[in-house]
Amino acid sequence: MTTTLTKHEQYLADFRVLEQAADGSAPAWLRQLRQEGMARFEQLGFPTARRGNEKWKYTNVAPIADAAFRYSASPKTSGVKTTALRRVAPWRKEWTTLVFVDGRYAPTLSSVPSDGGGLRVASLAEAFRTDEALIEQHLAKHAAFEDDGFAALNTAFLSDGAFIHAAGGDEHAPVHLLFVATDSTQPQVAYPRTLVVTERNTKLTLVETYVGLGDGAYFNDAVTEVVVGDGSAVDHYKVTLESANAFHVSMTRATVGQDALFSTTAFAKGGALARHDLHMALAGHGSSCKLNGLHLTAGREHIDNHVNIDHAAPYSQSYQYVKGILTGTSHAVYTGRVLIRKGAVKSNARQADKNLILSERAEVDTKPSMEIYCDDVKATHGATAGQIAEAEEQIFYMRSRGLDPKAAGALLIRGFVKEILDTVKLEPLRAFLDGVTDKALPEFQFEGFGDRDEQRER
Amino acid sequence: MTTTRTVISRNTDLSQQEYKWGFTTDVEEDVAPKGLNEGVVRLISSKKGEPEWMLEWRLRAYRHWLTLKREEPTWAMIHHPPIDFDDIHYYAAPKTKDGPKSMEEVDPEMLKAFDKLGIPLAEREKLAGVAVDAIFDSVSVATTYQKALEKHGVIFCPISEAIRNHPELVRKYLGSVVPYSDNFYATLNSAVFSDGSFIYVPKGVRCPMELMTYFRINFADSGQFERTLIIADEGSYVSYLEGCTAPVRKTSQLHAAVVELIALDDAQIKYSTLQNWYPGDKEGKGGVYNFVTKRGKAQGRNSKISWTQVETGSAITWKYPSVILQGDNSVGEFYSVALVNNHQQADTGTKMTHIGKNTRSTIVAKGISAGHGESTYRGQVKIMPTATGAKNFTQCDSLLIGDKSAAHTMPYIEVRNSTARMEHEASTSKISDEQLFYVMQRGISNEDAHHMIVKGFCKSVFAELPFEFAVEAANLLKVSLEGAVA
Repeated sequence: MTTTLTKHEQYLADFRVLEQAADGSAPAWLRQLRQEGMARFEQLGFPTARRGNEKWKYTNVAPIADAAFRYSASPKTSGVKTTALRRVAPWRKEWTTLVFVDGRYAPTLSSVPSDGGGLRVASLAEAFRTDEALIEQHLAKHAAFEDDGFAALNTAFLSDGAFIHAAGGDEHAPVHLLFVATDSTQPQVAYPRTLVVTERNTKLTLVETYVGLGDGAYFNDAVTEVVVGDGSAVDHYKVTLESANAFHVSMTRATVGQDALFSTTAFAKGGALARHDLHMALAGHGSSCKLNGLHLTAGREHIDNHVNIDHAAPYSQSYQYVKGILTGTSHAVYTGRVLIRKGAVKSNARQADKNLILSERAEVDTKPSMEIYCDDVKATHGATAGQIAEAEEQIFYMRSRGLDPKAAGALLIRGFVKEILDTVKLEPLRAFLDGVTDKALPEFQFEGFGDRDEQRER
Repeated sequence: MTTTRTVISRNTDLSQQEYKWGFTTDVEEDVAPKGLNEGVVRLISSKKGEPEWMLEWRLRAYRHWLTLKREEPTWAMIHHPPIDFDDIHYYAAPKTKDGPKSMEEVDPEMLKAFDKLGIPLAEREKLAGVAVDAIFDSVSVATTYQKALEKHGVIFCPISEAIRNHPELVRKYLGSVVPYSDNFYATLNSAVFSDGSFIYVPKGVRCPMELMTYFRINFADSGQFERTLIIADEGSYVSYLEGCTAPVRKTSQLHAAVVELIALDDAQIKYSTLQNWYPGDKEGKGGVYNFVTKRGKAQGRNSKISWTQVETGSAITWKYPSVILQGDNSVGEFYSVALVNNHQQADTGTKMTHIGKNTRSTIVAKGISAGHGESTYRGQVKIMPTATGAKNFTQCDSLLIGDKSAAHTMPYIEVRNSTARMEHEASTSKISDEQLFYVMQRGISNEDAHHMIVKGFCKSVFAELPFEFAVEAANLLKVSLEGAVA
């Protein structure tokens, strides 16, 4: 039956099922929000990489638009075991962990302290009942879906996700949100949704992990909203370890208050097609944001980092440093936009994108743009692509010390990666990411000049 | 050689703040009726005495333009009311019987006009060294030193003349770099272009003097659509200069030019522009819309194309002088200063497309925004899979003067070859208080201190200009910045 429906109709049909199932339990404003999301998605559809669509210039989402994904309002979470999760995702007993299986909260796999002090962590479905007023105040207020089909779709299916409310001090244990996609014969879609609100002068460490348990195709359409209260600091990590055939499209929106800091480190490996849309609004006087990013792409993978920083207040600071390593015929896109609005005096913006292309047929497209409407600012950006500029000299140096070409190349790549991994402040997470990188690196080797040397030796 | 000569204006009086090239010249003009239709295209072609193939080419472009439904491109960061393409004279020419055969036949009013602009059309001993093609509205008025150039085999003439006298060259190369379907304004230009310069430098010849074209829009409500074609044959070298001005008018004028450069094996073309069209008044009324397509093809091995531009005029500038690096080891360069003051807007930059092996490109772009000015650097560096060993270095800096100005940077970098080396740097800031303090504590006024620092900021670009142009460019900058510092 599903085959007779066009791709949009399938989403609409799923939406109707959800509406009926959730009827009664969901508050009226939420139902209306969902309807607005669906209506907007029906108008927008999926973006096309046609001429003039700058936001999607280098990424073609046809593989997502053309596929038929099955949506399940209440997926089975029983098949997943904690031991399996520990193998593929960072895991600590002392962390507050919420596990979501195919988009649905799995309480048996999660560990939430009964009394978190000023920290409240719950599934959105539950929080709709307990914290409705706060949620209504913030949900979908930061992640606008007016001009984004994916966000509209996520909003249409908004029924579960994570809710975090932090207040009072810096004693909170790190919060880990783990979104697991199970392996199934039929491609599935999940709509992870996260809302984080921190009150004044609060410190919060938050890890978002997306991981696939098999190698089947699935689609994660995620939206995360973070409100950083005045004087607060949110240390955010996003770890994306989707399976090889998975599609990941996410939108992260952070609104940063006065003298507050939103710092995010994004680590991405795997996934057939991944798009990370990150928007940080520096709304308060003296607010800052930081992005450290690292992505490793191999085979035919495609990753698109779309970063927007909006300096809307005086003395705001932003810092971006994104690094990519590419091999195979993979494709990495970075479009970073820094906007400094009129009146945002004494603002500072730094932006850098560095790409290490290891194979002949990999492709990098980078567009680090700045739009500046205020004179009393400092903004810089830089971008590089290619083999590390002095790679040959450096490898020569190492070889003169007795390293073979492979080891020298690996050491060089290790150094390239380390710069970002070292910024991870959460120790267990850094150890985990080190491990993931170590395992992945043998796949990432310089093509070309190692062999050239060997040929010369012969 | 005298050093007192200035190319654009011999009387660059810096105490005068207004646009000094804004006078109109009272000459009788032959004007096509307003509006664009097939008849106008045919009229222009017949006025120029063009052969059938040229008319066909124009009509092909015109028909293509019709399919574009008058929808101007909107992707650039510029704002202007929609252009009424029916309110423009597509052809305006000073009335002469047959076209002047020698300098004596040129209308003295016009000679006076160019003299006033500092462009000597009389071939005078002490001004030797630059050959000038002066273009007044739609036609070329005079080209100097043609005889001397002929001795070396260099062809330097209006393109209308080249179409008649050197059809084999024009047919081969016209539209080979910028096809008539390239973009909205290039298509319009292909249909209605009136005049422009044509240069052919034969094999192994180093052009003995700088070649220059001077463009002047005089007639009200007329558009200027010039077309320039420069071909440097194997092993040759040519340096070409371009300058432009227009009278002060309350309504905006459209200028949509196309420039094509072709460099064959081991050839070099150096193209310098001082663009000083009327920028509009302080409230942003009037001024020239400068929508230009400039592209060079470094077709041969070891060829080199270098663009240098100083853009101080025009209400709106929209141009991206580009290089297609096709030949192995070919080199492309782009040096640019774009200054906007009052309500001027500039969206300018370059495109470097690396196709050949070991191709190199350098981009140095300096943007200065003052008053309500808004400037954008928009550039693309594309390294194709075939461009093994390609290198690019890009630096684009913006300077902001005044809290109502804006500066944007939009680089597009596309790398498809792992051996490529691509580096891009950009910065935006205002003149630092420390720098100003340092200069002013030496007893230099605030305004002069600003000029000095701006000049220093642009130095790496000015260094690429021929000497006289560099002096003039610095002066132009000073005049254009007038009033920007409170």
